[in-house]
Amino acid sequence: MRKRGSRFTLSVLAFGYAFLYIPLVSVIVYSFNDSRLATVWGGFSTRWYGELLRNEQVLDAAFLSLRIAFVTATLATVFGTMAGLALARFGRFRGRTLFSGMITSPLVMPEVITGLSLLLLFVSLQQLIGWPAQRGFSTITIAHTTFAMAYVTVIVQSRLSAMDESLEEAAMDLGGRPLRVVFDITLPLIAPAMIAGWLLAFTLSLDDLVIASFVSGPGGSTLPMLIFSKVKLGVTPDINALATLIIAIVTVGVLIAWSVSRYAHRRL
Amino acid sequence: MINAQDRLWQRVTTAIPYLWLLVFFLAPFAIILKISFADPVIALPPFTPFFDDEGKPDATISNYIFLLTDKLYIVTYLKSVFMAATATVLCLLLGFPMAYGIARAESTTRNILLLLIILPFWISFLLRVYAWMGLLNNYGVINNALLTLGIVDQPLQLIYTDFAVYIGLVYSYLPFMILPLYATLERMDPDLVEAAQDLGASPSQAFRDITWPLARPGVIAGCLLVFIPAMGEYVIPYLLGGPDSMMIGRVLFDEFFVNRDWPLASSVAIILLVLLVVPIVLLQRSQSRDLETT
Repeated sequence: MRKRGSRFTLSVLAFGYAFLYIPLVSVIVYSFNDSRLATVWGGFSTRWYGELLRNEQVLDAAFLSLRIAFVTATLATVFGTMAGLALARFGRFRGRTLFSGMITSPLVMPEVITGLSLLLLFVSLQQLIGWPAQRGFSTITIAHTTFAMAYVTVIVQSRLSAMDESLEEAAMDLGGRPLRVVFDITLPLIAPAMIAGWLLAFTLSLDDLVIASFVSGPGGSTLPMLIFSKVKLGVTPDINALATLIIAIVTVGVLIAWSVSRYAHRRL
Repeated sequence: MINAQDRLWQRVTTAIPYLWLLVFFLAPFAIILKISFADPVIALPPFTPFFDDEGKPDATISNYIFLLTDKLYIVTYLKSVFMAATATVLCLLLGFPMAYGIARAESTTRNILLLLIILPFWISFLLRVYAWMGLLNNYGVINNALLTLGIVDQPLQLIYTDFAVYIGLVYSYLPFMILPLYATLERMDPDLVEAAQDLGASPSQAFRDITWPLARPGVIAGCLLVFIPAMGEYVIPYLLGGPDSMMIGRVLFDEFFVNRDWPLASSVAIILLVLLVVPIVLLQRSQSRDLETT
C-alpha cells in the first residue's frame, strides 16, 4: 500500500523536475547551435558567445543593470534589516500594523501596479519639486529598493523570531546597552540572513523587467529591457547564449553558497 | 534599563524604513487613485489636474463607468481571475506531491532536491519564459520531436495559446507553491499518518484527516503567493499568449504604453487592487501567524 504511494510521489517528482529543467537544458543546447535559425540544428559553434561579447548595447545594459542591482541590494539590506529589527524586537509600537502591511504587500503586488504607481509618483514629484529631473538609474534604484527591502525584511525577521533571545537578554543583564547589544550580538548572529537578503535583492533587481520599464526614461535601458525588446520578435541565438551565461553564473554562485553553508554547518 | 538615547535609536531604526515605505509605497497609491479620476489630455503629463485653476476639484468617474460597462474589460478581468485560479490549482496539484516527496526524503537528498527547486528562482524570470518560446514554437523542440517521430504531420499550434500561458504560469510560480508547502509538511510528524493507518484508516482517509489539515497553512500561503502575482502577470501572456489570452496586467501595460491613456491605466490598476485586497489581507494574516508560531 505504502509502496504505491511512494511510487506515485516519485513519478510526480521526476515529472516536476523534468518540467523545471528541460527548458533550461534546451536553451543551453541551442546556444551552441551554428544556425541563425534558432530552431534548426546547424552544427556546434560558439560564435553567438563571441557576438554577444562584442555587442556594446548588451554590455552597456548589463553594466547599468549590475550597478542598479548593487546599490539596490545594499540599500535594501540596510533598510530591510532595520525594519526586521523593528518588527521582531521592538515590541508593539504605534503604526505597527500599517508597517507590517507595507512590508508584506510589495512581495505579492503585481509588478504592473508597483511600476505604474511609482512612475506616477516620480512624475508628480517632478512637477512639484523638480526632482527627479531625469528618469533612469536613480528612479529604477529607488523602485527596486522599495520591493527588494520587503524580501530582506521577511528573511531577517523570520531569522530573528526563530533565534533564541536569551543571548541578547544575557548581554543586557550583564549591563550591555541595547545599542551595543544589537551591534555586538544581534547583527553578527543574523549576518547569514543579511547576506542571503543581499543576494536575493541583487537577483530580484537584476531580474526585473516590468517595474524598470515603467520608471525608466529614454536611454536608460536595463538588460531585461533589452532582452525583452529582442525576444518580442522571437527566438534569437544570441539570447540563447546570454541565457546560458546567466544560468552558468547563477548555478556556480548557488553551488558555492550552498557548499559554504554546508561546511559552516558541519563545523558547528 | 532603556534610556532616552536607546529609545531614540529604536525610533530612528523604525522611522527610516517606515518613511521610505510611506513615500515610495503608500503615497504612490494615493496618486494612482487621484489620477484614475482624471481625464486624459494631450500634454505633459497627459492627464487633467485634480483641481482646476480656481481650486475646485475637477474629478470624473468616467473611467470607471467605461471599465465597468465595457464588455472587453469585464471579460478580461474575469479571464484573469480564471487563468490565475486555474494556474494556482495546477501548481497545487503538481506542487503538493513534490513538496511531500521532498519533505520525506533523506536529509542529504532533501537538501539537493530543495536546492534544485530554488535554483531556477535565481535565474532570470524573463529568460525562463523565453526558454519555453523555444520549446513551444511551431518549429520548436517539441514540434520537431513530434514531427520526426511521425506522431503528427503538421506542427501543433502550442505557442500563442492559453495552454502556453498556463505552462508559463505554472513553470514560473511553482517554487512559490512548493516552498511554503514544504515548510509545513517538513514539520509534520510522519508517525501520525502511520498511526492512523495502523488504526485502520485507508491512505486516502489518512490524507484527508491528517495530512491535509496539517498542511493547510502551507496550502493557503502557497496558493496566495501564486494567485496574487499571477493576476497581474504581463510578460507571460505577452510572450506566450495568443490574441485572446488577454490578462489584465497586459491590458494595463498597453493602455499605458500604447494608448498613453494614463487615467484609464490608473483605474484599471485600482480595480485590480480592489480584486486583490481580500487575498492580500489573507496572506498578511497567514504570514504573521506563521512568524508567531515559529
